[in-house]
Amino acid sequence: MSTTNVTQRDEPLDRSVDDRSVDKERRATIAVAAAVGGAGLIAAAVPFVTSFSPSERARAAGAPVEVDIAGIAPGEMRTTEWRGRPVWILNRTPQMLESIRRADKEVADPKSLRTAYPTPAYARNEYRSIKPELLVAVGICTHLGCSPTGPFASGTNAMLGSNAGFLCPCHGSVFDLAGRVFQNMPAPDNLEIPPHKYLSDTLVLVGDDSKA
Amino acid sequence: MAENKSQYTGLLGWVDERMPTAMSEFKKHMSEYYAPKNFNFWYIFGGLAIVVLVIQILSGIFLTMHYKPDASLAFASVEYIMRDVPGGWFIRYMHSTGASFFFIVVYMHMFRALLYGSYRRPRELIWILGCLLFLMLMAEAFFGYLLPWGQMSYWGAQVIVNLFGAIPFIGPELALFIRGDYVVGDATLNRFFAFHVIAIPLVLLGLVVAHIIALHDMGSNNPDGVEIKAHKDAQGRPLDGIPFHPYYTVHDLYWLSIFLLAFFAVLFFWPEMGGYFLEWNNFIPADPLVTPTHIAPVWYFTPYYSILRAVTEQFMLVLAIAVIGMSALLVLTTSNSIVRGAIAALSVLLVVLMLVPGVKLDPKFWGVVAMGASVMIFFAMPWLDRSPARSMRYRPKWHFWLLIAWVVAFLILGYLGTQPPSPSKIIVAQVLTLFYFAFFALMPWWSRMGAFKPVPDRITFVPH
Repeated sequence: MSTTNVTQRDEPLDRSVDDRSVDKERRATIAVAAAVGGAGLIAAAVPFVTSFSPSERARAAGAPVEVDIAGIAPGEMRTTEWRGRPVWILNRTPQMLESIRRADKEVADPKSLRTAYPTPAYARNEYRSIKPELLVAVGICTHLGCSPTGPFASGTNAMLGSNAGFLCPCHGSVFDLAGRVFQNMPAPDNLEIPPHKYLSDTLVLVGDDSKA
Repeated sequence: MAENKSQYTGLLGWVDERMPTAMSEFKKHMSEYYAPKNFNFWYIFGGLAIVVLVIQILSGIFLTMHYKPDASLAFASVEYIMRDVPGGWFIRYMHSTGASFFFIVVYMHMFRALLYGSYRRPRELIWILGCLLFLMLMAEAFFGYLLPWGQMSYWGAQVIVNLFGAIPFIGPELALFIRGDYVVGDATLNRFFAFHVIAIPLVLLGLVVAHIIALHDMGSNNPDGVEIKAHKDAQGRPLDGIPFHPYYTVHDLYWLSIFLLAFFAVLFFWPEMGGYFLEWNNFIPADPLVTPTHIAPVWYFTPYYSILRAVTEQFMLVLAIAVIGMSALLVLTTSNSIVRGAIAALSVLLVVLMLVPGVKLDPKFWGVVAMGASVMIFFAMPWLDRSPARSMRYRPKWHFWLLIAWVVAFLILGYLGTQPPSPSKIIVAQVLTLFYFAFFALMPWWSRMGAFKPVPDRITFVPH
């Protein structure tokens, strides 16, 4: 031993005390104090843990956005921001709609029946849109949340091959021009169709589809 | 209280009389810590890891003096450090280069343990603490990578946080809880900053202390994998040991100077390292509306990232067959019928969740599981390796080449993870993923096979 014990006890500590010599009342007090203190610690942890959840300000943000679609030429896509995420508005040409029909057999969920990102009833159709030519979709891949690039015409992208559509750069999921994911892709679901409605022929409201 | 007379004189004596622990601890961990005298090149990386940790803490403290953890200011504040703060570019490059060198050093340190069986009994806890350190280091690197708020920062964080979203039932809520918002945003940046500069570093430091205490309690392993404590002199000192200080402190200082030469060469001449240490896309401010056309994590995460990407719908059948094969092997080699039943039931459950339509979980979830398992499997090393000899020196030569093959697979997976996905690359990644896991899963069997060489009683050492 390199350290010396400098404290001296008058009597050696008796380690053979049996239960009868234990002050039961004091033991009980210690146990109660520990229990109450433990409960207090747990209670104090609650605000710390809940502070991780989105703040009231973050919850309040996310109002619907109005998008003017008048200037989108056929074949052109406009990206707008809703709840911090890109929302695509793609004006599809007849050839683009034709490519969607051709992709029916190659996509994983052609009728948009999966419920992870439920497709609104008014978009649960071949083109996944209210108006056949106008696609309104959240441009976030359902795999791990990257924003796919595109639209690519058929034969212009290796991953898409002869199909037209979008490619997610992160893990290579490809989607057709209706945002439907092709089979055997990392992404399990079709692109999300946000709640939306047409306020007029040239104005779409993204984030709200209430009838009133 | 009796006066405690020190054996030392002067200032040291004055301190020693008032705090004898200082000298007794110095002796225990430095001047009277006996390390095997046959340490080779592979034994420098533990000490280097401590040096890099100090570099990271020091440069990090100075970066926080100018950095602003605010989504609207963060990117500009990093550019401000690089352009306007005197010496700022040096401090920042030191921190970013240090991050990559930390992983280089830690990977070498881990390879040493695999080579010489440093994780084996009685050093299992040292290894487990080391694995925890590795996990914390990955967390530290991940949180830190968001802070410059570039495109890679943003989309990298988006992908990793969404990994947690793949967990069934609780996933989406958990991802929301981690982000603190519906998208990666200011709240996310602020909390990642807190984790990066204080929470994780505190845990890291505590684990480093525990790792070293556990090491010094058990004593260091060595390239021969023999216990030097088995042969001691009359004073109880290992015959094959030499005091860590001054022998290994001087030895490590020599290698440290070479290490610093490499470190500063990179810092001054190749701080971006061709886009591997600092990725090009991270010089573009974060844009939540556009993902860069090619995104990849920093190089030290890419092997695991490749494994994540390898799990596709077609691959699920292969994985299910691997699970069935593994459980069949376990059932055939286990005598306890309860354990056999449990293994069989678990594998049936796994296969059902992997394949049966209606109840199967997405490949996305299994990709996350595979990625998690590829890191977590390291924890099991002390129990997977059943070879009679600890060190590769006395194991069959093909064991060594198998380890090298695994390292090569790890490196190729790492390379593939930096590349954009393509069908052929995914197939290569899938084959290598299977090999990566087979190396560990079959280790209890292959590590016992082959002709072992006799392990010497004492270390092999030629005085020089």
